[in-house]
Amino acid sequence: MSTLIHKADQIVAAPTKQEFTITVYAENQIGLLVRIAIIFSRRKINIESINSSPCEIESISRFTLVIHETEEVVRKVCRQIEKQVEVLKVYYNTNDEIIWQELALYKVSTNEIAEKVKVERLLREYGARAVVIRKDYTVFEASGHREETDKLVDVLSEVGLIEFVRSARVAIIKASAGFHEKLREFEAEQPSEEVVENEYLNRNEEVFTM
Amino acid sequence: MSETLDILVEPTLKTAVATTTAEEVSLSGSRAVLEAFVAEGVDTIFGYPGGAIMPIYDALYDYHDKLKHILVRHEQGGIHAAQGYARSSGRVGVVFATSGPGATNLITGLADAMIDSTPLVCITGQVFAHLLGTDAFQEVDVLNITTPVTKWNYQVTDAKEIPAVLAKAFHIAKTGRPGPVLIDITKNAQLDKFAYHGYTKCNHIRSYRPKPIVRKEYIQQAAQLINEAKQPFVLFGQGVILGKAEKEFRTFIEKSGIPAAWTILGAGALPTDHPLNVGMLGMHGNYGPNVLTNECDVLIAIGMRFDDRVTGRLDKYAKQAKIIHLDIDPSEIDKNVKATVGVWGDCKETLPLLTELVTPRVYPQWVERFYTYRKIEEESLIEKELNPLVGQLTMGEVVHQLNALTKGDAIIVSDVGQHQMIACRYAKFNQSRSNITSGGAGTMGFALPAAIGAKFGAEDRPVVAIIGDGGIQMTIQEFGTIMQSGVNVKIIILNNQFLGMVRQWQQLFHDKRYSFVDIASPDYVMVAKGYGIPGNKVTERDELQKALQTMLDHDGSYLLEVMVGKEDNVFPMVPQGCSVSEIRLK
Ligand SMILES: Cc1ncc(C[n+]2csc(CCOP(=O)(O)OP(=O)(O)O)c2C)c(N)n1
Repeated sequence: MSTLIHKADQIVAAPTKQEFTITVYAENQIGLLVRIAIIFSRRKINIESINSSPCEIESISRFTLVIHETEEVVRKVCRQIEKQVEVLKVYYNTNDEIIWQELALYKVSTNEIAEKVKVERLLREYGARAVVIRKDYTVFEASGHREETDKLVDVLSEVGLIEFVRSARVAIIKASAGFHEKLREFEAEQPSEEVVENEYLNRNEEVFTM
Repeated sequence: MSETLDILVEPTLKTAVATTTAEEVSLSGSRAVLEAFVAEGVDTIFGYPGGAIMPIYDALYDYHDKLKHILVRHEQGGIHAAQGYARSSGRVGVVFATSGPGATNLITGLADAMIDSTPLVCITGQVFAHLLGTDAFQEVDVLNITTPVTKWNYQVTDAKEIPAVLAKAFHIAKTGRPGPVLIDITKNAQLDKFAYHGYTKCNHIRSYRPKPIVRKEYIQQAAQLINEAKQPFVLFGQGVILGKAEKEFRTFIEKSGIPAAWTILGAGALPTDHPLNVGMLGMHGNYGPNVLTNECDVLIAIGMRFDDRVTGRLDKYAKQAKIIHLDIDPSEIDKNVKATVGVWGDCKETLPLLTELVTPRVYPQWVERFYTYRKIEEESLIEKELNPLVGQLTMGEVVHQLNALTKGDAIIVSDVGQHQMIACRYAKFNQSRSNITSGGAGTMGFALPAAIGAKFGAEDRPVVAIIGDGGIQMTIQEFGTIMQSGVNVKIIILNNQFLGMVRQWQQLFHDKRYSFVDIASPDYVMVAKGYGIPGNKVTERDELQKALQTMLDHDGSYLLEVMVGKEDNVFPMVPQGCSVSEIRLK
């Protein structure tokens, strides 16, 4: 279930900590990242990962943050984030409410790879692909959940992993009707001239059929 | 050269601003700032100049007929004055400061204004844009330093941005839950000329929803709880004042017949003598409201945020009660105290809706219980505080005598400490916007500059500052501002020769180990005299009334130092970590 934090009839707070993914839609403005980050640091909450990128609506950024906390704390933090002037909307979700991915890059010695055919098969097993192949090293890329990309680290460590890096989580909310609709709702209440409509999303039935 | 040009374009400018469908004129960023102020109806600016804000001060030279500028003695004084102005007038306070140390001197005031929801627009000068990040002379990363203590901040590096950014700044500062906004403007943006098309006020920002949409179903649920209640109790805070909903609040209270108690920032939203006003909440609040918080069946919090100084121990706070929380800021609901029904919205809108649905009622027995507790408190404590017959003067009797002379019409600005609690407890207020104090931050040094600002914000009202011998020494330099501006504020220093509130805690909770609370004072009357402010010092009870009268009658600022009991304490008191029902009378 997608948890709109605007709703007062909230699910009862679970006292236990778990992983939550927070999705923030905000105006793309310098300094906003700091504003959001200090909401966590002030409460001594560690941000496990943070990603910021443009979203489907022009000039609006989408932040994805992962934290390990109780739902009550997450809800309070989300309200504080939503209070920021540039923030349009905040959602928080548990892992079963989202589809998420992290991207990982692995640099290994080309010689070693070439010698060990087993590795190549493993790569296929992990859905990885080569991004760069040079004489001295090869860079592979894989995406998936943490456990999946971690497993590949284990395997590649045995054949001389030179460098490894993983991105922050990006997530799509399963049940969400789409933020765009929400924005239109807002704008219907108090219209502004700035609103940028995404023509494809207006015709999402036609465009996004699977 | 450029100055002449500016003057030449001024007549056009006037029409431009009036119609906002201007023909294009060339304007410097600095003038655009001042045009924005004029268009926003700003009349007073508090500030202190410096290199990085000099272009704005230069432009100000030509605006003396439209904008009054008060030169303070320290930027902290400037921002506290703007806070006092905003709090007494209900308008946006405006401050100027230069880059670097000028800007950092605003931090305390920003933090104070942020937590007390005071609308401010602060303009800081900044080094040239091309020098940003180079550790240039007087360069400080003002934006990042002020982020946690501003409702919004923005750095302008291009003059063209100024009209829109200032319009946004005013809109954000004063709408929704008000707060301080800081605009940092690089020197090039102040100097550069750009094609000015007039000033358009901002009334909508896509990502900013100042007022939540009122959900009628929650009003209905709240009304139902109230109508079924046997012992309902209202707690009101500054939200009522900020929402300009004093009338709506009073109508609600009178129709519903519910006794109501206030937080220190809510003081004055309902006249002190109103029969349903049952007193002050919190650590040094009244006995009845604190104890009965833990006995009411429905607790209705209006425009207050359950600060820990109000609630005491949260796990023992009003556990028996259903809680209705009315607030404009959704993040306040359920933050400290879980609400049974949260009513999000501006109380100016929500209160009339609620009033309509509540049944007219009276609760004679329930209200009587508050009066019974008041009697106990009066007999054991208030009487001795307000009308002592022997011993040294008390802070309470000073406030009591002051009430008698001002008849509850004065604006009382208090600093922080024992005298603040005494002032809030005993001052009488006939009208709203009369109690100006640093609530959430507890900033010593607040009162003297805030009183100056409060007077500029409400020139027809008497302003009396009540300050401790510790707090006055924190911003005593603002005597200079009084001297130069000729503002009329009355200053009462309640001198107990201690940092009283800290001493009280050391006495009660640290075995009387008085560690660095013994504070020496200069001869205040003489210091004031040096600044051209007349004064007097009182040590005897029989001189007090006359001295207060002389102070009030004096045409202009006046300082009255009153020597009070050295080791007097403020009671009642909810000790730290205790529940409100464990409030101590001694
Ligand atoms: C800027 C600042 N520093 C320190 C404190 C801590 N503090 C709170 S009350 C107090 C004592 C105030 O003494 P005084 O001004 O003499 O007032 P009194 O309590 O004696 O009335 C102090 C030091 C504070 N609130 N603000």
